[in-house]
Amino acid sequence: MDSFLIRAVAGGVLLALVCGPFGTFIVWRRMAFFGDTLAHAALLGVAVGLLFGIDVRLGMIITCLMAALLLALGQRQSKLGSDTVLGMLAHSTLALGMVALAFVQGVAVDIMAYLFGDILAINTTDLWLLGLGGGAAVAALVWMWRPLLALTVSPEIAAVEGVRVEWLRVIFMLLMALVIGIAIKIVGVLLITALLIVPAASARFFSRTPEQMAIGAALFGVAAVLAGITLSWHVDSPAGPSIVISAAGLFLISSAIAPVFRRLARISG
Amino acid sequence: MTVPLIEGRDLSLSFGGEAVLDNVSLAISAGEIITLIGPNGAGKSTLVKALLGLQTVDRGVVTRKPGLRVGYVPQKLAIDKVLPMTVKRFLNLTHHASLPARIEALHHVGASHVLNSQISELSGGETQRVMLARALLRQPDLLVLDEPTQGVDVVGQADLYRLIDTIRRAQGCAVLMISHDLHLVMAKTDKVVCFNRHVCCSGLPETVRQHPEYRSLFGYQAADAIGIYHHEHDHKHDLSGHVVGGCGHDHGSGHNHDPFAPSASGAGIEAKQHSDMRVKDVSRG
Repeated sequence: MDSFLIRAVAGGVLLALVCGPFGTFIVWRRMAFFGDTLAHAALLGVAVGLLFGIDVRLGMIITCLMAALLLALGQRQSKLGSDTVLGMLAHSTLALGMVALAFVQGVAVDIMAYLFGDILAINTTDLWLLGLGGGAAVAALVWMWRPLLALTVSPEIAAVEGVRVEWLRVIFMLLMALVIGIAIKIVGVLLITALLIVPAASARFFSRTPEQMAIGAALFGVAAVLAGITLSWHVDSPAGPSIVISAAGLFLISSAIAPVFRRLARISG
Repeated sequence: MTVPLIEGRDLSLSFGGEAVLDNVSLAISAGEIITLIGPNGAGKSTLVKALLGLQTVDRGVVTRKPGLRVGYVPQKLAIDKVLPMTVKRFLNLTHHASLPARIEALHHVGASHVLNSQISELSGGETQRVMLARALLRQPDLLVLDEPTQGVDVVGQADLYRLIDTIRRAQGCAVLMISHDLHLVMAKTDKVVCFNRHVCCSGLPETVRQHPEYRSLFGYQAADAIGIYHHEHDHKHDLSGHVVGGCGHDHGSGHNHDPFAPSASGAGIEAKQHSDMRVKDVSRG
């Protein structure tokens, strides 16, 4: 097995493990468009990185974090709907990124690699970033799991019973920005949301508690990554899209066998 | 006199120039049951949220006893179907409780059978009981219930009131309850506060038991738990809630304010002293 393939599998599996629990919260809190917006903003980060001569990955993470902060502030106003605010930010940062990239001198930027990801180009630094950054994000999520879930179920109950609701909202948005900033290199701007929400949606069919769904989403994500890379290897299809197709396929299979599963669960339970 | 659990003094709040709370004072003491009644849009939930610190006010001060533990049962719980949640897990929402404690809490509210059910599959009454059980697991000093009897028939209402009374006696907690019904309240309530942007009147309910017609209508069992509240307002509200006529504020027509009642919070005790006149006007005192 080639070493680039080993790195691709390791990176993909790590990313799926991180995206699982984050994806469930995105699904529960209806933040899919929020994630998408952050991903679009990441493209501006590529330009920022190149223009200022810093690492492109760092540029993407920083822009994602900035966009998340901007959105956290933007959601305090109530004149414009949150989807309008998200849509404006998503597309203006994307456009700004494209324009800025056109002005970057002397570097041929492979836009496709950022839009759809390039998992086969993962290097050791990317793996470390995924392991440490993604690991830290998941550790933080586990640490704030109970209050964040309480906030998701009922912000009022959570606030009355001592959860610092506003802080928690902002911290979660920043953690998501970190995860998305790290993930772009692998699945790209256009596909990251799919990797977050599709495995979570598949896991919903088989879970009875939030925790089961989070673990299930991580497992479905790992399965999609392995299936996608296998597909890419055998038919020479682009890896990022192949992973998303696999995730979607797993969702379809899940929805088909879910009624049977529920019947079995009822009999045994 | 002991320190109240929560005390709101002269609370005022307006949304877009429209007063929602107009100089409202309300205090809840340990072990006390207060029922807050008022028409739709009167600002009952807003008042409770202000007292709980969920809603900031424009003017006025809310003091909560340090370390106060509140069990909050919101009006409704909208758990999305996309979030899988068993009752067993829901009871651990904000704080961990052991499984035996959770089973006991459910048993206490008469909902043992739903332990392993999904929250989204429960009926309205079951959801209320589960939320109550969850609030009780924290052993609160104050239980806050926002329209717990909404969509429950009179017999169910009587059951729920009896349960709340049992809980109050077992745990010694105070209860602040919002009720959608303007006339039928919990018989065991210590003070009924009729609220429409300001405290309109407050006093004690009469037990329905004393009225033979109601007793035959509700049945003896239910009549025991439900009380009737007679309103005695000296002013009226128009459709948008503004005070028209009456006490707006003229003291000429035989209506006077007790000079010893500093604020609406004293009204319960006051009404007890005047037992012949169960309802005492305290509007905007």
